[in-house]
Amino acid sequence: MIHTHQLTRTFESGKETVEAVRGIDLDVAEGELVAFLGPNGAGKSTTLRMLTSLLPPTSGTATVAGIDVTADPAGVRGRIGYIGQKDGAGHNYRVWDELLMQGRFYGLDKKRAAERAEELLGTLDLDGMQMRKVSTLSGGQKRRLDIALGLIHEPALLFLDEPSTGMDPQNRANLWDHILRLRKEFGTTIVLTTHYLEEADTMAERVVVIDHGQIIADDTADALKAEQAGDRITVTVNAEDLPTTREVVAQAGTEVEEAPVDGGTAVSFRVDAGPVALPGVLHALGDKGVAVKAATLKQPTLDDVFLNLTGRSLREGAEA
Amino acid sequence: MSTAIIDSAATSARIAHRSLLGDIASVWTRETLTILRDPFSLIFSLVQPLVFLGLFGPLLAGVAGDGLGFGSTLQFFLPGVVVMITMFGTSMTGANLQFEIMTGAFERILATPLSRPALLMGRALKELTPLVIQAVIITLVAVPFGFDLFPAHIVVGLLILGVFGVGVGALSYALAIATRKNEWAFWAVQQSLLFPLLILSGMMLPLETGPDWMQALSKANPLTYIVDAERVLFSGTFDDSAVVYGFIAAIVTAAVGLWVGVRTVTKTVL
Ligand SMILES: Nc1ncnc2c1ncn2[C@@H]1O[C@H](COP(=O)(O)OP(=O)(O)OP(=O)(O)O)[C@@H](O)[C@H]1O
Ligand SMILES: [Mg+2]
Repeated sequence: MIHTHQLTRTFESGKETVEAVRGIDLDVAEGELVAFLGPNGAGKSTTLRMLTSLLPPTSGTATVAGIDVTADPAGVRGRIGYIGQKDGAGHNYRVWDELLMQGRFYGLDKKRAAERAEELLGTLDLDGMQMRKVSTLSGGQKRRLDIALGLIHEPALLFLDEPSTGMDPQNRANLWDHILRLRKEFGTTIVLTTHYLEEADTMAERVVVIDHGQIIADDTADALKAEQAGDRITVTVNAEDLPTTREVVAQAGTEVEEAPVDGGTAVSFRVDAGPVALPGVLHALGDKGVAVKAATLKQPTLDDVFLNLTGRSLREGAEA
Repeated sequence: MSTAIIDSAATSARIAHRSLLGDIASVWTRETLTILRDPFSLIFSLVQPLVFLGLFGPLLAGVAGDGLGFGSTLQFFLPGVVVMITMFGTSMTGANLQFEIMTGAFERILATPLSRPALLMGRALKELTPLVIQAVIITLVAVPFGFDLFPAHIVVGLLILGVFGVGVGALSYALAIATRKNEWAFWAVQQSLLFPLLILSGMMLPLETGPDWMQALSKANPLTYIVDAERVLFSGTFDDSAVVYGFIAAIVTAAVGLWVGVRTVTKTVL
């Protein structure tokens, strides 16, 4: 569905040159659900805008839905759906008019456009808002309308730039239901960007981590976590048990770290499958007479993956 | 994945059936819906030209002072006012676009398969919709005051204005895109071009009495030919070279405007 080779985009702003996207090689197969994850300014939107033909690449190539984005941008646009990061719906227009006209823009006839508009108002929880002026909608309602606009023509390939930003948890869950259903029922290929780690983690089966305009990791969330961070077990023991604990831990795991804590020392180490390893470790320690005072198992998040890859955190507040 | 195959087949069929006229009509409809949903703005936009006509006309009659009377002043002045509202409407239309660039709506529309010229033409034509209504109403209001009505001529006059207006609208969009990062720049350029162009077209006051340099500038102003053509047409004459010049000026303006506009849309990174 998507194939890029060394896709690059630089911007000149004033005297300085911003290398927004630096040589991205990406392949997305039909029916995949891919999430671009990365901090502000990583180049996620710029990549999406090149793939949707809105922005010509500085160099490199991209084929989207079988069509070269530079050679035939209009052909690409006819085959995809795009929900941008900013408001798609015009503020001075009515909800219903925007939906209907978007359908017309994609070549649906009036009747079909109205059917689709009706359906989408239902699915995206916008019933009764038909005659509202877009500027009077709340942030989350606007966002849902943007998504409805992007779905009106049932594209086989859908790009969403931070679709769930500004939505409450319930609507975010609804949106995900809808996206997953699209995929299941119509085999829609979906590429989206997100800041929400949990979202990328639980929903997308493939996570592409982007930083400074480059892909720094690309795999399933589980594989990334296993590879980049791994599960960590921490046991807290008394000083006299420390030597024995070290022996047991050296057998059970790797990357051992020690830290003094209240009433003892916390020994943490990395294991492959935490939930399976934990009982064994506790058992072995007990056998050797070690009194374990506390034990925790921490399974990694995508943030740990990002931290491990870049030395920086993606968490809110931790961003540069 | 049979659904996906059907889907893309349907998509290709849709792509094949696109036409420029259809695209223009879609864009025009979207913009025109804003007027339908808020007709008050249309009523309000009638006030300005009526005020102009009602207050400026008698003054002009007084200045002319040759006992021509209000009726013939109207005959001279009304076509000018119609040109003026066209210029106001179409030259300001870029401001709407600028707003839509800012909010993101224009990017969404750019991502649809609509043809780029249609984006500009549909929008520019929308400015002409209220214009036609305005022109008709103003003209009808003027009839009881001694204005002679020539409907067929007025239709041709509005056609010339329509073509010209599309060109001005497209230029206004190009300006809006070029100045998208600072709104005031749009207004600064628009205002500082609009008034000299209007005055130098002889729209408000005849230029025959003006200095030579003004007359020379007026000859280089496409708007002059539009105003002249409208005056000839509104007074019920087809058989005048001014009509031909008017058409030429309108077509040249539209061609240049669309060329600049489409180029700006395709070359600019929003
Ligand atoms: N039109 C532009 N002109 C100049 N610089 C730009 C332009 N668009 C993007 N950039 C720069 O390119 C870099 C990447 O921007 P981009 O919008 O792709 O980031 P992003 O990953 O989408 O970030 P966010 O999460 O904040 O949306 C940034 O440094 C940004 O300032
Ligand atoms: Mg972005």
